[in-house]
Amino acid sequence: MAGSTLRASAPWKVLDGFGASVRSVSRFVRPESPEALAAVLARAAAESLPVVLRGSGRSYGDASLNTGALAIDMRGMSRILAWDAERGVADLESGVTIGDLWRHSLPQGWWPTVVPGTMHPTMGGCVAMNIHGKNCYRAGPFGDHVLELDLLTADGRTRTLSPQHEPELFRAVIAGLGLLGVVTRVRVQLKRMHSGRLRVRPIQTPTLEAMFDALAARTSTADYLVGWVDCFASGAALGRGLVHEAHHLAEGEDPLGAATLAASHQELPGSIFGVPRSLVWRFLQPITNDFGIRWLNHAKYVVPEPTDRDGTFLQSHTAFAFLLDYVPDWRRVYGPGGFLQYQIFLPDATARAGFREALQLCQRRGVVSYLGVFKRHRADTFLLSHGLDGWSMALDFPVPEHDAERLWALTRDLTQLVLEAGGTFYPAKDQVVDAASFARAFGDRVTRFKAIKQQLDPAGVFASDQARRLGLV
Amino acid sequence: MSLRFRHAVVVGASSGIGASIARMLAADGCAVALLGRREAELQRVVASLPAGARAIPVVHDVTDQTGVPLLFERLVADLGGLDLLVYAAGDMHVPEEGEYDFARDRRQIEVNVLGAMAWTGAAAAHFEARRSGTIVGVSSIAGVRGRRTMPAYTTSKAALSAWLEALRNRVSRHGVNVVTVKPGFVDTAMTTHLTKKPMMISADRAASLILATARRGGSPSAYIPAQWGLVAFVVRHLPSWLFRRLDL
Repeated sequence: MAGSTLRASAPWKVLDGFGASVRSVSRFVRPESPEALAAVLARAAAESLPVVLRGSGRSYGDASLNTGALAIDMRGMSRILAWDAERGVADLESGVTIGDLWRHSLPQGWWPTVVPGTMHPTMGGCVAMNIHGKNCYRAGPFGDHVLELDLLTADGRTRTLSPQHEPELFRAVIAGLGLLGVVTRVRVQLKRMHSGRLRVRPIQTPTLEAMFDALAARTSTADYLVGWVDCFASGAALGRGLVHEAHHLAEGEDPLGAATLAASHQELPGSIFGVPRSLVWRFLQPITNDFGIRWLNHAKYVVPEPTDRDGTFLQSHTAFAFLLDYVPDWRRVYGPGGFLQYQIFLPDATARAGFREALQLCQRRGVVSYLGVFKRHRADTFLLSHGLDGWSMALDFPVPEHDAERLWALTRDLTQLVLEAGGTFYPAKDQVVDAASFARAFGDRVTRFKAIKQQLDPAGVFASDQARRLGLV
Repeated sequence: MSLRFRHAVVVGASSGIGASIARMLAADGCAVALLGRREAELQRVVASLPAGARAIPVVHDVTDQTGVPLLFERLVADLGGLDLLVYAAGDMHVPEEGEYDFARDRRQIEVNVLGAMAWTGAAAAHFEARRSGTIVGVSSIAGVRGRRTMPAYTTSKAALSAWLEALRNRVSRHGVNVVTVKPGFVDTAMTTHLTKKPMMISADRAASLILATARRGGSPSAYIPAQWGLVAFVVRHLPSWLFRRLDL
């Protein structure tokens, strides 16, 4: 591309959000070194070509899309720069994935403190979205375990940020949607493990209230808590589901010992019920409709999981944490229209009534989520973070290929519900929230963020379709 | 199903089939960007469009493929969208006996293949993201076999047909209609020097059949007119030892 502009010579690529229901075409480059990255940024700035930073493309909506402009694929920079096995501290380029990290660290007894439901997101994505895991109520979000990071800003300067050094900027970059600069290095603190397995207890919860109570009763003791909600259950059974609580094993507690730390012990099974994992989505597609999911949910709720006599079972970290990775390409079960996830975050005081209203609203509209995932969260200090002292319920909806107006109307009402209940939005999942609603939910935090953005990136080099929609650029 | 085109780009619109397609689209109320290498001819075509037609004439040489991305973006913006791209630019040279002219051969590949790849590739990316749109590539029955009388042309049309088939296999699953049309002899400037022109039709007749094929949707590959399909079937199945003895 030397000698010609990025606009004229960078290849085009059609990119989509993980939900496969939003896509765009943009120019696309994958620099493989900090120098190459800096050169691309300089050229983009000179051409006034807005840049979006993209990792594994695991944000569900349009967070890593940049219609007509430039997408920089950060997966070309995926080296583990340093690893301290004594302290469990890793220095990573931003294209390193959660999967790369645990495969490197777990055999030496360290597990990433915060992981999402899939191992594919990159460090850059985890920082930009301040992702959370099933231990958020206890460990906080990903940003709480970042010790330091390097930020390459639009002026070509690299700044090293930490909770101690330029803390305000550090707290704006984490959860900053990649709009303030490129994170080129992240130093993260991992957690000590004595076993590659967790002790897991499934708990049946016959109502939404029971699910709230089950989680609330265990937040001080369990290391991980997550609820699955049968969104088709109605009446007295509204919000019924299953809670899984999991505990780390203390030294000597696992009969198989440290052998379970080996990566080979962690790999997900190659087949499910005899079907190769890569083909499972094809078997699920014909039953991914209201009728099929209703009955699948019923079966999941009533058929007990096999456990030991004490009602628990041992499960590898990966099998417990990365449920979304069991079925590769699972997003394809939703068909050509894809799906969207609406994750509702509400404060503790309004969550019980709010979630009940949300589930009933979906049922009244005849647009019922095929998957409901329930979590407890704690507040954090990052400027645009979705985190709050409260609860979240993630709802997955298939997007009809034609005439999806009923779904869009529902999402508008869910947004209204979140605003009235004092909740927040999670950009990693969002593809529908409008700028006014986002500003109302985040208040003066948006103004403060935009002031920092103006200072660091006055020409608006870093952007995205989502940032334009949310009024952040 | 019958598609109605509202915004179209016709590459190779200064004469022949491309000019006829542009005129018919404009007559149907479609906003058309007409691209051609020769400005005077292009202006003549624009002048022949129905009164009130929305036309954007652009002087463009399809051998300048580096300029395509920016020009494509500009045209989509100027037209206010895009739902049809027609690639009708073509170059044909019939070498004399014993003539081996790489420059002429190369030009046919540049015009008939590389130009088509640049324009239809840009359109495919745009349409895949939108999950709709139609791409029409004007190939030729000449691409069915490698012919001794026009080696580079038949090679280029075989390559174009393969490219369009690949594009169809790539993007039809995303709702994009990729149409390959393979005309026989059409009465255009490109064919005036040919001595044998059986079953020849006018450029307007070819354009009409091509647009009808495109409007049907379903990513077809069609001979224009359909009778050439039978000829192609026979020619394709002639044994090589026989085909090389024919003066084709």
